[in-house]
Formats: sequence, C-alpha cells, structure tokens
Amino acid sequence: MKWTRRDLLIGLGGLPILGAVWWAGAAKVTGSRSSRDEILEQLNITPSLPLAVPGIGGEPVRIGVIGFGIRGEQLTRALGYATPQWMEEQRLANLENPDHKALEDFKRQEKLNVKLVGICDVFDVRAENFINSFSTEDNKIKRYLTHQEMIQSGDVDAVVIATPDHWHAPMSIEALNNGVHVYVEKPMTHTVSETYLLREAAAKSNAVFAVGHQHRQTLSFSTARDIVEKGTLGHVSLIQTNTNRNDDNGAWNYDIHEKASPETIDWEQFLGSAPKVPFNKNHFFRWRKWWAYGSGLSGDLLTHDYDRLNCVLNMGIPSSVSASGGVYTHNDGRNVPDVIQVNMEFPNFSTGSSQTNGKEKGMTFCYSATLGNGFNRPTIIMGHDATMELGNRLTVWPDGASTRYADMLEAEKMRPNVPIYQYDPAASSTDAVSSATSQYFADKGLMWTYIDGVRVDSTFLHMREWLSVIKNGGKVSCGINEGFDEAISAHMAGLSWKLGRRIEWDAASEQLVPVEGVDFDQVLLANENWNEQPEMVG
Amino acid sequence: MEQNLKKLNISVTLLRILIGWHFLFEGVVKMYNPDWTSFGYLATAQGPFDWFFTFLLGNVNIGLVNTLNIVALMVVGITFTLGIFERLGAIVGIGLLALYFMAHPPFPGLTQMNVEGSYWLVNKNLIELVACLVIYQLPTGRYFGLDYLRKNKLKIQET
Repeated sequence: MKWTRRDLLIGLGGLPILGAVWWAGAAKVTGSRSSRDEILEQLNITPSLPLAVPGIGGEPVRIGVIGFGIRGEQLTRALGYATPQWMEEQRLANLENPDHKALEDFKRQEKLNVKLVGICDVFDVRAENFINSFSTEDNKIKRYLTHQEMIQSGDVDAVVIATPDHWHAPMSIEALNNGVHVYVEKPMTHTVSETYLLREAAAKSNAVFAVGHQHRQTLSFSTARDIVEKGTLGHVSLIQTNTNRNDDNGAWNYDIHEKASPETIDWEQFLGSAPKVPFNKNHFFRWRKWWAYGSGLSGDLLTHDYDRLNCVLNMGIPSSVSASGGVYTHNDGRNVPDVIQVNMEFPNFSTGSSQTNGKEKGMTFCYSATLGNGFNRPTIIMGHDATMELGNRLTVWPDGASTRYADMLEAEKMRPNVPIYQYDPAASSTDAVSSATSQYFADKGLMWTYIDGVRVDSTFLHMREWLSVIKNGGKVSCGINEGFDEAISAHMAGLSWKLGRRIEWDAASEQLVPVEGVDFDQVLLANENWNEQPEMVG
Repeated sequence: MEQNLKKLNISVTLLRILIGWHFLFEGVVKMYNPDWTSFGYLATAQGPFDWFFTFLLGNVNIGLVNTLNIVALMVVGITFTLGIFERLGAIVGIGLLALYFMAHPPFPGLTQMNVEGSYWLVNKNLIELVACLVIYQLPTGRYFGLDYLRKNKLKIQET
C-alpha cells in the first residue's frame, strides 16, 4: 500500500486548517487573559471578604422592639423572627415565581442568640400581631405602652427603634441613659440640637449604639473603598448619586390599615413633640410625607446615599450644602419635596492625585432625586484617572485623559469605553426582586450582599455585628460618629431646601455657621401648608 | 451528471469545513478560558423549553455541563475539519444546535438576547442545524479528508 503525494494532500488537507483554527483560538484567549492580568496586577484591587464576627455567646440578648411597621417587621426578620402572615405571602409568591426566594433566604439565615421579650407600638393591631406571632409557652412577650416603661423595666437588654424620625433621638437617649443597647433606624435624629444631645448620651453610656445603615455590610462597598484607597480613580472631583422612583410605595403612600381608628391608635403618643393635630390616618401611616414626623428625601433617602459614600470615601460633613426642588409629582398634601437636588461641597477633600501635588483638591457630592421617574441613574464616582459605578456591582472605566493610565491607553491595552475592573458577586445568582422599590434598594446594594455567590440580607449582618459588639466589645461599623455625620449632613440639606440658601458647617467648632435671625431647629420642624392638606385616604 | 456530482461534493466539502472551523474555534476558545461558563446562557433560557434548562442548572453539576459542551463542540469541529467520522460529528452537531435553539428560540414575544440581526422562528442556529443534516446525508470525507485515506486503503486491500 502506497500513497501518492496527491493522496496525502486530499487525505490530510484538513489538518493545517485544524491546526490554524486551534492556534488562533488559543492565542485569542491567552492574549486577552494576559493583558487583563497585566491590568489587574497594576490595579491590585482586593475584593473584600466578609469580616469574621466573634460569636454571640452566653445568655441570649433580650430584645425589645419599638415600632412594628414596615421597617420594624424587616428588622425583626433580620433578628430571625418572621410573622406567619409574611411567610405565607412569600410561600405563595414563590409558587407564582420560583425565583422569588425570600422565604428560602430567611430560613437559611443563621440563628442569632436573641430572645424577643417586649413590643412597644402605639397601634394595637401591630403590637398584637407581634405578640401573636412570636410569643411562645416558654417566652411570653410583653407589650409595653410606652418606650420609657420598656426601657426602665430591667427586662430588656437592647432595643430596636423603627419609629417615625421625630422619636428616634428621644428614645435612643432614654435607652442609652439607662444602659440599654440601641439599634436605631436612619436618619439618626430629626433636629440639629438632638444630634448633639444624642452624641453626648452615647459618649456617656456604656451601651452599644448602632445606626441602621445596613449597607455598611455590603462587600462591594468595602471593595470600592479599596479601589479608592489604591488611587485607582485618581482625584475624585464629582460624585453623582440619585433616587429614581415612580410608584406609590416609593412615594411613601403606604396602605392604610382598615382597623386604624382613635380607639386602636394612641394618637397623643404618636404625635409626641409634633404639633397637636387631630387624629389623622394619613399622617399615621404615611408620616414620611411631613416634616413634623419625617424628613422626606433628604432624611429618608439622601442619608442612604450619603452614608454609602461616606463609608467608601470617609469624607465627613460637607463644608456647605445647597439644595433646591419642590413638591412637583405628588401634590397630595405632603410638605416634604418629591424632587430635590442637593449639592454638598468638600473643598479640601482629596482622594490622592496622579498629577502634580496640590493640583487637585476638592469634590462636589451631587444628589439628585425624583419620585416621578423610575429610570435607573446609577451612582457614579468620577476621578481624574477613572470612573466607578457603585452598587452591588462595581465597574471601573479608565478616563481617556488619565495621567496614571496614559501609557496603557497609548499602547491600547486600555480603552476608555472598556471596563478595567468589574466586581459582580451575584454573577451566578438568579434571585428575583419583588417590586420596583426593592429593585431600587437592591441595585444600590442596600438590601443584601453576596457571600460566596449566596445572597445574604445585609440588615441581618448589621444586626449580627451590633449583637456581637454587645457581647464581645469592639466597634460597630455605623456608630454615633458615622450617625452624627449622616444626621448633620441630612439636616443641612433639609435646611437649605427650606430656607432656599446655602448652609455652612464650621468643622473647627463642629457647629453650623449661624444665619442671623434663624433658629435651625424651628425651620426644620416648620410645616408649611400644614392646615391645607386634604384628608386623603386610600 | 458526473460533473454535477463533483460540483456538489466540492460545495458540501466547503460547507463541512466551514462549520467545522466554526465549532472548533468555539470549542478551543472555551477550553482555554477557565473563566468561561454556560451558566448565564442556561440561566437566561426562555420559551417553551426553559424548564429543561432550569432543571439542568438545578440538578446537574455546571462543570459537567461546561465540559460536555466543550467536548461536543470539539467533536464536531475535529470530525468536520479532518473529514472523518463526520456522520457522528453531524449527529452531535444537530443535538447541540437543537439545544442552543431551544434555550433561546426566536419566537415572537421573547426578548432576543445578545443577537445581531432580526429573526422570526428561524435563526442561524437552526440553519446551521439543517446544514449539519446535509453533512450527515452527504459525507464528503472520502473526497477530501482522512476518510479518503481510509477508503482508499480499503480499496487497495480489496484489489
């Protein structure tokens, strides 16, 4: 048997094709991998791993919950207690959409060493729901009619405060003065003077004080901090962060409970320091819409974005704030704005510079919010060398005119429109998000974080950290100092909007620069259009 | 007649080599990239057969799915470019393309992800699938490919 050259040509003609295609494929992959490795090596970014938290040992922490509304229920779930009604709703939601895994996530959540012992809620239905859901034979949960009674009972080690804003500081101070640990929702305070009083109380008390900015547990934010600290972005001159919502829930028009009445709600106690107005269900359930009890976009949502970035950049209180906006999309009797733009100035802040020393300094934090459009505008941190999009995912693009990356851009190893770094801990997850508002929080990294690809409620992590510090000592990631920065910055925004002028901060004396003839607290609490609001229910 | 058959053989050989080229390149690129995974493709599956891909994700190790996909791509690529056992390659190719088609079918009402062009019921996966059917019906390895040597060897032995 003998093959001619022609035979071999016909028989083996496919071999060079196979070889060429194989070589081209291998070269393509290894080539792009090595240039990617070169970039990553230069950036040297370390994706953050979850912090090891010392266990919550010994006797269970005895917890009293103050306020069992929407947020109160969420915080209680983070502690490991869900109402049967919620579990049933989630089970049904899962039947409808198998990707809806809230119940599965909840059941998988690590059990915390806590015991719910008391509830304080001025609405009977909520207090009773708490007791009926969580009271057991061995653990009879007690209802307290006032927070003082609960705090002074001696039966409660720690309180979780999820009330309207105007109750945050008085309750926190009362607890701290009595050595009871505090987890309080944001914004930390409702007025400027309360912010100082609370700081003083926290300094004097041995109890652990934590503010509920749970996103401090989000791993992408600690990775973002590493990115900024390594000088990846260069000098950051502008931050753009936004709220974009366009639904009733997002505009705080929550459901009004059918059983709400002057008989089932302790109205006087709800009002507290607020102006004495007659019983009003709209005010009770939708309190976020009035300055008397809440603080609108500046206190409710700006605080999330401010603290998120303060956690990444540690920029502190702005030297001045100017805000504008109005009630434009929900003219339903509310007096907090539904469209607001807040510019915070940090003239001396620096994230380091790749250019001549001192050439770059100063930054503006620009918060832009509307409750009339849900288009997703992401949070963008803009530096001389690169731009970072910040959320549960991180993406970094080099800037075309960067000094630091000039050589790599010149050599076309980097391109301005191609990300040089991406962090997506959820890449292998298909969990569903149930509503527009939850999508808003999820995109911002406010709802959960991902550990080894598994989604974990960041509020749970935040609670666990607080409880661990109670038992083992240490420092909470959002304590009184972080809360002080957050509250003062939010109040400056609210004041600026209400006064229509720039509000300044004197860092040396740690005081707002006075404005002649203006009492800041009076302005913050003032309620324009107070008597004009219609009784809008439903 | 003889002339026409020759033309047909050349055309089908060309088709076979180009399809082989396409499959081989896809297979090699995935094989050399340790970060590649079919997870996203499967997880975003839609249409009447999405349950199958969801089931696959939930019940079969994703590493195994990835490996099988690469092996299948390489089998089609190698048999088609070399021109040997191409009927086996064609069957594997038809199966693989049928799965790709079912995972993201160009049916009205479904969002077409990561595709260029516009499709209605028929897309390039389906066309390539039918092309594999042609390769199966008209093996050309004996005209150009390793099969030529195998067949000739047999012929020589016969004489």
